[in-house]
Amino acid sequence: MRAFAQLFLSLDETNKTNEKVKVLKDYFNSVPDTDKMHMLALFTGRKPKRIINSTQVRTWATEITNIPIWLFEESYHVVGDLAETMALLMPQNTTSISNKTLTDWIGELNELSAKTEEERKLWLIDSWAILDTQERFVFNKLLTGSFRVGVSQNLVIKALADITKLDAATLTHRIMGNWVPETYTYEQLIQEQGAADDISRPYPFFLAYPIQETSEVHKSADDLKSALGDAADWQAEWKWDGIRAQLIKREGKIFIWSRGEDLATEKFPELHPFLNDLPDGTVLDGEILSFQNGLPMPFNVLQTRIGRKNLSKKILEESPVALIAYDCLEYAGEDIRTKTQSERRLILEQLQSATNFPEIFRISALIDFDSWDDLATVRTQSRAMVAEGIMLKRKSATYQVGRKRGDWWKWKIDPLSVDAVMIYAQKGHGRRADLYTDYTFAVWDGDKLVPFAKAYSGLTDAEINKVDYFVKRNTLEKFGPVRTVKPELVFEIGFEGINRSTRHKSGIALRFPRILRWRHDKPKEEADTLDNLKALLGD
Amino acid sequence: MAKKPLLEFTDKGIYCDKGRFYIDPWKPVDDAVITHAHADHAYFGHKHYLAHHLSREVLYYRLGDIQLQTVEYGETVVKNGVSISLFPAGHVIGSAQIRVEYQGEVWVVSGDYKTEDDGISTPFEPVKCHHFISECTFGMPVYQWKPQVQIFDEVNNWWRNNANNGVATVIVGYSLGKAQRILQNLDLSIGTVYTHGVIENTNEALRRNGVILNPTERITLDTPKEEVRNGIIIAPPSSVGTPWMRKFQPYSFGYCSGWMAIRGAKRRRAADRGFILSDHADWDGLVSAIDATGCEKVYLTHGYTATFTRYLNEIGFDAHEVHTLYGDDEALESVPSEEPVADSSLSFGEGRGEGEGVNS
Repeated sequence: MRAFAQLFLSLDETNKTNEKVKVLKDYFNSVPDTDKMHMLALFTGRKPKRIINSTQVRTWATEITNIPIWLFEESYHVVGDLAETMALLMPQNTTSISNKTLTDWIGELNELSAKTEEERKLWLIDSWAILDTQERFVFNKLLTGSFRVGVSQNLVIKALADITKLDAATLTHRIMGNWVPETYTYEQLIQEQGAADDISRPYPFFLAYPIQETSEVHKSADDLKSALGDAADWQAEWKWDGIRAQLIKREGKIFIWSRGEDLATEKFPELHPFLNDLPDGTVLDGEILSFQNGLPMPFNVLQTRIGRKNLSKKILEESPVALIAYDCLEYAGEDIRTKTQSERRLILEQLQSATNFPEIFRISALIDFDSWDDLATVRTQSRAMVAEGIMLKRKSATYQVGRKRGDWWKWKIDPLSVDAVMIYAQKGHGRRADLYTDYTFAVWDGDKLVPFAKAYSGLTDAEINKVDYFVKRNTLEKFGPVRTVKPELVFEIGFEGINRSTRHKSGIALRFPRILRWRHDKPKEEADTLDNLKALLGD
Repeated sequence: MAKKPLLEFTDKGIYCDKGRFYIDPWKPVDDAVITHAHADHAYFGHKHYLAHHLSREVLYYRLGDIQLQTVEYGETVVKNGVSISLFPAGHVIGSAQIRVEYQGEVWVVSGDYKTEDDGISTPFEPVKCHHFISECTFGMPVYQWKPQVQIFDEVNNWWRNNANNGVATVIVGYSLGKAQRILQNLDLSIGTVYTHGVIENTNEALRRNGVILNPTERITLDTPKEEVRNGIIIAPPSSVGTPWMRKFQPYSFGYCSGWMAIRGAKRRRAADRGFILSDHADWDGLVSAIDATGCEKVYLTHGYTATFTRYLNEIGFDAHEVHTLYGDDEALESVPSEEPVADSSLSFGEGRGEGEGVNS
């Protein structure tokens, strides 16, 4: 565990990519293979099982810290990270006396599921006692199951690629899917892989790069021509707003993976018949959306169903899903990602035309256009199509790994926007700990301000500091971590969509609200009204 | 009618009506007693200043031609029958707690303080009093400092490592206090210590005051970049990210501040290294310092005042939260300075409410 704690510390001690890679390599080179796999699992978002719930961890930690519970909670708001808060509050311990490895600790943690609450508590308190402050921090991270590190998966892969002499795309592929470090060994990871391969394993997603625009600067047809070349080299599709997914049919079994690498097969029973009907050795990339009368429904309809543990009959009726397929990555058991976009498209079209479920297995229609000017005109109809804009794919493009510049572009439409008044503020987490960074915004309803959206992003660090300064000096009331703030600051809030909602006081819900800019020029009286917002509902 | 308290909190600062003087006032007054020379405590525009001897040259440097009387620790000055004496606060060189006594009633204003002996400021000394007015910049239990010798081992190892790799070292701390504390604890066998102009001006003021500091070299336009490669550059927070700093590339830059105790705060600074080094008392330091005064009442002026006040009341103190303009409330790291700073060469970061953690 000492090596793992040191890894964290060293990663925190540099901002330079090369040094981070070096630190990661040093770690890989110094620990047993089982530790490597556990680290890889943790750093690629495979959370450890949470066996002791966080309320218990908190309670037992508070008993050790010798401070009242309310002060523990306040400390947590200042630190913005539970694992770190507990490590900081415990009596300092500068010498570690434990030689257990990361694998040992995770093993012990997993054994706890068979133990009584009293035994768990004893184990936890004994564990804390033999760890130093930095080890306690990473240990607490294991306990609380939140493992966001300031290191991207790409860096971890790069370090591993350097060590194993394998290429990054291959490694990225091999760590996809539902492996667990207890059974997937380092040897398996680095070996030439064959038929024994995990049949559920998805390919890494290829992600589009955004064409950068702001509300002031638009890209003209000429800009596109100079950046992307001849329009005839590109295929265009609508950019749908659903759940990006990869769908697999291999050896008679089906798997549905979301972009976040969650296995979501059971969440979408409507898709099972068509998947079972596909030839073995097929992998599709596409978007899952709710449909009604042949038209996609807004994202929030789908959102209500994603959150449910059990899919009731009612939900399935209200929000039936279908797939809009974008691409085909594997055909007849062969990885076809290196074929061109056009070749893959032909295969996808063949597959789709052969389906017995054309209402469920849909294909993303190609937009007919002769010039960039044409396409710019078509793009203005995105909202009517319930699309977010347009996707551009080079006809000669291979299917690549991750977000790459060059062959896939997303050209989104301008967000909708309103001017709103900030009325509540709350402290952020992680990098934004102890700063007021999470705001609630309101619009006018008569002479009252009605909250309608929360937003966390969009301001620069300098602006955040200024807003934080304002919040601390203009607090009207405190409710736990939330402060009611003197209504004064006006911001332009952008969002992708707006829908009616019975769950919100304002009667509306926004999709992806964020701060576009701080309207220093606007007094609060000139912020928008609820009627302005409702006019955007378009019904 | 209730007796008027000896010290009261007014919109100009802490005021003694009986003695007709203010302590660390933030608006112009006739008679000001100054705890220390940081900009959020020593404002421009008062007619008369009283401070410790060791604050003299820095106050002249920062505030220009002021009318200033200086005294030794423990020496008594009487104003309108009220006795005033200064006691070491251990915050920076020349920092003092102000003890005010009238007819047997004693008040102490802490100014900013720390309980650890930093080897350069006269160490903090608890003063018995009835009423104690305390700061609580780091009044949360998550702030627990390590002994400075450990921190400076880390600093020196980092510097040595950079020097071996041909990378310049830039260390950031505010110009009065932290800069000298760093300077006196560096391992000079590694290389030369360079200073940013703002810091060197303060060093020179202190040297005029008779303070003996390790040798430093001021960075000028003519300083060859190659020459500083093995050295360490002490720079103020305001220089972070400026072209001035960028010209030392490649360099590694480290921050010295109590705020570095929190990982998120450290990541926000995007520093290569964050060293947890503060000139304020940590949680245990605050509680023990307050306890040692034996005071009947304690008033908390700046820092996590609400939380700390509640805690003190729960453990049996009679604690009160008061509002002042000393790095007000918990807004210690994001304060856009709108107050006039007398010396225009003083960068924004050193003004009251220093951009990145006031005098922390």
